[in-house]
Amino acid sequence: MNDVLICLFSSAGFDKAAQGLAGAGRRLADELGGQLRAVILGSEAESLALEIARVSDAVTVADQAELAEYQPETCLNALVELCGEALEARAVLLANDTYSQEIAPRLAYRLGGSAVGDGVEVSARGEHLRVSRQVYGGKAQAVIELKRRPAVVWLRARSFAPPAHRETPGAITRAALDIKPDERTRIVERKRETGGEARLEEARVIVSGGRGIGGPEPFETELKPLAELLGAQMAASRAACDAGWVPPTWQIGQTGKKVTPDLYLAIAITGASQHMAGISEAKTIAAINTDPDAPIFKHSRFGIVADYRQVVPLLREKLAALQK
Amino acid sequence: MNILVCLKQILDPEIPARDFRIDAAKRLAEQGSANLVTNIFCENALETALQFRERIGGAKITVLSYGQPSAEDSLRKALAMKADQAALVTNDGNNNPDSLTNARVLAAAIRKLGTFDLVMTGREAGDWGAGQTGALIAEELGLPCVSFVDTIESVNGKLRLKRQTDTGWEVLEAVPPVVVTITNDEHNVPRIPKVRDVMMSYRQPLTKWTLEDLGIDVSEARAGNTYYEVAELFIPQKETACEFVTGDTLDEKVEAFARRIVEVTGAM
Repeated sequence: MNDVLICLFSSAGFDKAAQGLAGAGRRLADELGGQLRAVILGSEAESLALEIARVSDAVTVADQAELAEYQPETCLNALVELCGEALEARAVLLANDTYSQEIAPRLAYRLGGSAVGDGVEVSARGEHLRVSRQVYGGKAQAVIELKRRPAVVWLRARSFAPPAHRETPGAITRAALDIKPDERTRIVERKRETGGEARLEEARVIVSGGRGIGGPEPFETELKPLAELLGAQMAASRAACDAGWVPPTWQIGQTGKKVTPDLYLAIAITGASQHMAGISEAKTIAAINTDPDAPIFKHSRFGIVADYRQVVPLLREKLAALQK
Repeated sequence: MNILVCLKQILDPEIPARDFRIDAAKRLAEQGSANLVTNIFCENALETALQFRERIGGAKITVLSYGQPSAEDSLRKALAMKADQAALVTNDGNNNPDSLTNARVLAAAIRKLGTFDLVMTGREAGDWGAGQTGALIAEELGLPCVSFVDTIESVNGKLRLKRQTDTGWEVLEAVPPVVVTITNDEHNVPRIPKVRDVMMSYRQPLTKWTLEDLGIDVSEARAGNTYYEVAELFIPQKETACEFVTGDTLDEKVEAFARRIVEVTGAM
């Protein structure tokens, strides 16, 4: 069987990650000459199922009460059953959200397969699947060959292009499952912290500040108005987060968030490889920095060598004028 | 409460990119002048364990590593941070075994060390960043697993685990034994051991095992590549030619910069 199976959780909906995952799945299935099948876990999966059906051959929805909300052990048991018995796949692809990362290696283990994560490219090489990913904090790139079947891969899904719609949508069926709830662990509280703001991972434009910003105030008085003007989300380097100038949830990099905006505007950020690991999939990076030799410029499409304190107020003026 | 924390010794991830070299034939980074350090997420795990022990007023913390003989230094440092006992399984095979090999070796060592209520690992390592060892140890031991935890508390015989998610955070209740992987947050920054404690740690006992001692398939463990294999390793050459905006005055430069931004983001 050369089918490719993608696994999604209904809670995030048909977001950029789901679209990228479907795109990656479709291209791999075409390469292998197999079908693209999808499994959706969670309640209120109808609209996501309809969207996914338009780009895949078959969709299975598992929205039973026990699976309505993600619980690690129970969802893993259900996925093992869905992947193992119902759909013998060559590859199982997931996105790189918390839940997918948490269960992907265990899913591979139970299916007798091999897992690898954080993939930015997947392709077949003879019998095996090969996955490209960053290693050593973004300083190097590796191609990992998965030795066992199925290959279970979680992807940097947002950086994959969405698939084209198909003429006939795939059939949607509800999974017949013998669910074994496992109460050894249970999520008892869920808290969204972004308070209605779009998520950094979904942002099209990001305005980010580094150590050179010099303190918490300029984030508020200089960068925030600029971000508002651009409809951008705000972020920061590890140095700025560690200094306590901005919340740790703003951190971009190897030990922070990995983002894929169309424009990443790096202000007073040197561009250590640790930081670059978080923005390697950004479409365009632009930088404002006083040091012309700062590594950030080596990754930037365009830049300006000057003090951000002088640049940013002027930039707001110019952007406001251009937008009129 | 018996706690086990896995520690991985890695090449210092803070070395600047210009000093970073790889051995393409071995498909490994060259150590060069870089130090070997304990993976930060593993230290976050140990710190979380130490704080948990302080909060519940006593627990035994065992640290375990699978790696080169030099990994002993990571374990000694952990003892200096006041872990209670340490064990090292020396790797005399593949220097970068796949995640399943790591998990099998560690799980075998854990079984040999006794029974644990809590097995902890870092969420990923700063070298290969596979992010699988904890989850696969859970499978090897037949335990549940919770990832990206930053705080552990004990409530009515259950563990209360706070963990970070893409959108915020969650609290899980877990009946021990359980495996957790630990991520960093402002509360679990690893403590710096006292110099005296570091020196004293070298006098403490430390269990050393070879792969043969664990009763596992040694040739498979040495090969370390039946789950996955690194087929290629290279340093990507993707420097972009940065266009520095031009102009006679700062005003003109910023004007040009603004126009480039609008080009990229489209009409807003």
